[in-house]
Amino acid sequence: MTQKLLEIDNLEVHFTTRRGVVRAVRGVSLSVGKGETLGLVGESGSGKSVTSQAAMGLVHIPGEIVGGDIRWKGQSLLGPEGHPLSRRIRGREMAMIFQDAMTSLNPLFTCGQQITEVLRYHRKMNKAQAQARALELFELVGISAPLERLNQYPFEMSGGMRQRGMIAMALACEPELLIADEPTTALDVTIQAQILELLQDLQKRLDLSIIMITHDLGVVAGLCDRVAVMYGGQIVEEASADEIFSHPAHPYTMGLLRSTPRIDGKDDRMVSIAGSPPDLLQAQQGCAFASRCPSRKAECSRDVQLKEMASRQVACRFPFSGPWSRDFKERTDHIGTR
Amino acid sequence: MALAEQIEPAEPLVRVEDLTVRFPGGRAGFWGQTELEVHAIERMSFEIFPGETLGLVGESGSGKTTAGRAVLGRTPVKSGHIYFDGRDITNIEGDARRLLSRDMQLIFQDPYASLNPRMRILDLVAEPLIVHGLVRNRDEAVDEVKELLRKVGLPANAFERFPHAFSGGQRQRVVIARALALKPRFIVADEPVSALDVSIRAQVVNLLQDLQQEFGLTYLFIAHDLSVVQHVSDRIAIMYAGKLFEIGSADAIYSNPKHPYTEALLSAVPVPDPVIQRSQKRIVFEGEPPSPIYPPKGCRFAKRCPLATAQCENEEPPLAEKAPGQFAACWNRN
Amino acid sequence: MEYPSDSTHPDGDEAPDLNAPQIQEEEKTSTFAKAKALLSELWHDKPGFVGFVIIVALVLMAIFAPLIAPYDPAEQSLRARLIPPVWQERGTWEHVLGTDHLGRDILSRIIHGSRISMIVGVAVVALAGGFGITMGLIAGFFGGRIDAAIMRFVDTIIAFPGLLLALVILAVIGPSMTTVIIVLALNGWMVYARMTRGIVLSVRQMPYVEAAEMVGGRSFHVIFRHILPNMMSPLLTLGVLEFARIVLAEAALSFLGLGIQPPATSWGLDVANGKDYLFVAWWLVTIPGCAIAITVLAINLLANWARVTSDPQEREKRFATSVAAMRRRKKSSSPAIQAAE
Repeated sequence: MTQKLLEIDNLEVHFTTRRGVVRAVRGVSLSVGKGETLGLVGESGSGKSVTSQAAMGLVHIPGEIVGGDIRWKGQSLLGPEGHPLSRRIRGREMAMIFQDAMTSLNPLFTCGQQITEVLRYHRKMNKAQAQARALELFELVGISAPLERLNQYPFEMSGGMRQRGMIAMALACEPELLIADEPTTALDVTIQAQILELLQDLQKRLDLSIIMITHDLGVVAGLCDRVAVMYGGQIVEEASADEIFSHPAHPYTMGLLRSTPRIDGKDDRMVSIAGSPPDLLQAQQGCAFASRCPSRKAECSRDVQLKEMASRQVACRFPFSGPWSRDFKERTDHIGTR
Repeated sequence: MALAEQIEPAEPLVRVEDLTVRFPGGRAGFWGQTELEVHAIERMSFEIFPGETLGLVGESGSGKTTAGRAVLGRTPVKSGHIYFDGRDITNIEGDARRLLSRDMQLIFQDPYASLNPRMRILDLVAEPLIVHGLVRNRDEAVDEVKELLRKVGLPANAFERFPHAFSGGQRQRVVIARALALKPRFIVADEPVSALDVSIRAQVVNLLQDLQQEFGLTYLFIAHDLSVVQHVSDRIAIMYAGKLFEIGSADAIYSNPKHPYTEALLSAVPVPDPVIQRSQKRIVFEGEPPSPIYPPKGCRFAKRCPLATAQCENEEPPLAEKAPGQFAACWNRN
Repeated sequence: MEYPSDSTHPDGDEAPDLNAPQIQEEEKTSTFAKAKALLSELWHDKPGFVGFVIIVALVLMAIFAPLIAPYDPAEQSLRARLIPPVWQERGTWEHVLGTDHLGRDILSRIIHGSRISMIVGVAVVALAGGFGITMGLIAGFFGGRIDAAIMRFVDTIIAFPGLLLALVILAVIGPSMTTVIIVLALNGWMVYARMTRGIVLSVRQMPYVEAAEMVGGRSFHVIFRHILPNMMSPLLTLGVLEFARIVLAEAALSFLGLGIQPPATSWGLDVANGKDYLFVAWWLVTIPGCAIAITVLAINLLANWARVTSDPQEREKRFATSVAAMRRRKKSSSPAIQAAE
């Protein structure tokens, strides 16, 4: 049993809006072990980003954590006693990178200034030490001509280089856990491939734990050990990456997998899941996916819990079982519309 | 170009010849004496035939969006010609251009920003009809708008709502209904599904395909990677740093790419299958596209290309026919 | 409900989602209900609400001035000179706020003075706003040389000292309320032009504006159907803020004797008249001064509320903060109740 770094337990996050309370995260439980890579997959409004923001202490008004607990190595980060602890851990032992490096870096300072600032503040280095370490970090993340880049402003760098710079900054304090919130979504495919390669490489070399938040199952497939799929603020399925991709159990995972366009596929028509994402303003009764689910039955209007099923967890009363085969594909052809 | 005669004897609906687009790129020098130019598109030629979909694929800065805008006359052209239905429309302006918008329409990438938040769906969809004087006011347009909404799969009672009541996929349907209102023959779809959720994308893509069948539409489908275009395109064109690198039938591009950059693009799209990803080594090309202000002398991909030779550095490869109907700009591939 | 497997538009069954009740609710609200919702939102922002109430009172006061005012503001009575307000030793209920050096009732003068402030404020905001917004729209939409010409003209006018301009105009056509309005409008339209141009430049970039051009909309259509409606809220906020500035400016001009001329009344004029008696009768200066200050403050409070309300993100944040505060109050009071039990 590996040591659990981050544990999220029954997390509830609400957003107060003028139209009502949006229950963005509804009872999410997650954990990441040392050196483990967890993929958190979901579409817009699934609550995946909010969950990670809650872990990093980045939920602000109008959002509010109303229930559950977040623990770092067994210690709670919430509540008054967790406060001084959380400040020490967040940003140092736990770091985050974002989708848009341009808005996450301060445009008025060079990348070198920003990274040495972090080093001097958190690690109490002197100027020369911080400079040397910054150079090391830039080399680590594969920034070409690192010495020159240190003196460049964010806008002078390309998207890929900025993203590398942000990763370098996140790694400055030698965190044990890196939360990556859609780190490649804004990048071109060839640059995305570079960044994914880099993350994979860093994970091995530094024994990092990574939470990879993305809407793209393809990104998760090569990188993650375990995958949790979120829908409507809940985790609907959690299993090892191999299992999720070879035989998904939840109808939503199945639909998502089938609607991800594959360049190795031969189908002429793309497949989609009918309907629209759930409205989180509505008081949810039962399974959030029910209205779009083809195997919905009357029982689905009652609440479902994430349940252990063989080696995985599924929140569905009528999960699929068995491997993904041709036969199976036909059986589920009605998922998603043709 | 001899492309037309070989693939299809039909007259192309859209023909682009030696299109070059440059934008002012600021000034250099102490007094700003040197005017800089962003080389957005360099000498690009392609044709689109009636009823077909041409997928135009390129990464950011490749000039794919500029190409789409240039075809629609929304960006000044430095040199070259654009023909629509045999007519040179490169420099058409004013009322003639406005009339042309009945034939050519644009579908935007972001359905959240391309609908005026203060207008109801009825007003939005009826707007093209009204500005072209096809109906006198919105009340006259109601029946036609209802029919259009039905065509794009929205309930008829949607027309009195505001855009914010709709999800991304539904908004994109409204955008499509609006584009169809004038019964155009040619539509430029600029990454129409990139902003949508994965599970919704196919709804919109399939709708576009159905409408193409029903109305005999011709599409220029712009995308930033090869995953979605594969499903919709008859032919695919690959752009890089303002240059057309490869063009050919969709099957040929996928099964037998002739340009190393096309190969890179194909292998960069992550496949949602861990087993395949582990067994298949991704081709990860180092480096990034060249500066559009100071483009290199030779092939624009030379710096990143594993096949690059001295010739690539110095001479720009022409777009040459590598296989029947498949053209690529590379010195080292046949 | 089953998914139709072979219908042409398989996703037509999104309809139930569309009919989500909260969408209907928001869509179907009448103007009256909207105004009511806005008022209740204002009620939750106490400073803004106070400002709003004061302004409504001032407007009513200005409209019904002849009915409310106990005396003719210009009526002199040398026997009743310099009577202090009622709470002072020699004060009487006949002149609640006292009288000035010519025995005119100060309360009546304040009530009638509010008319001048309101008329000048509204007229200047309408004139300067109308002209400035038009110029800004033209500059921002057409760009290029037209833009350069208009904006350099704006720069020139801004560089020109306002008081000097006022003096020149007054010298030519003589001081009066019309003159004040013209002078202040000439002096104030540039800020609208600049702001409008800025917003137009950013709204122009919005895809929906390009979409309107794409379907063949003419410039005129695009400006009035798509650009103008989407910049109303920041411009309204600017207008309200400018209103406060105009009230002050009118008072200042009148104080200097360049604005409203007697026998008409104006708060600024009253302050000027009273300044010679500052040590004998402090209320001559203080009461109109307070009227000016309260009006300007009230407008600013309301403008601040309007600014937040016109920014959707800020608006949500304010709402969430107030809800959270309410919840905390409830929480802190409930243990007390429990303890009492």
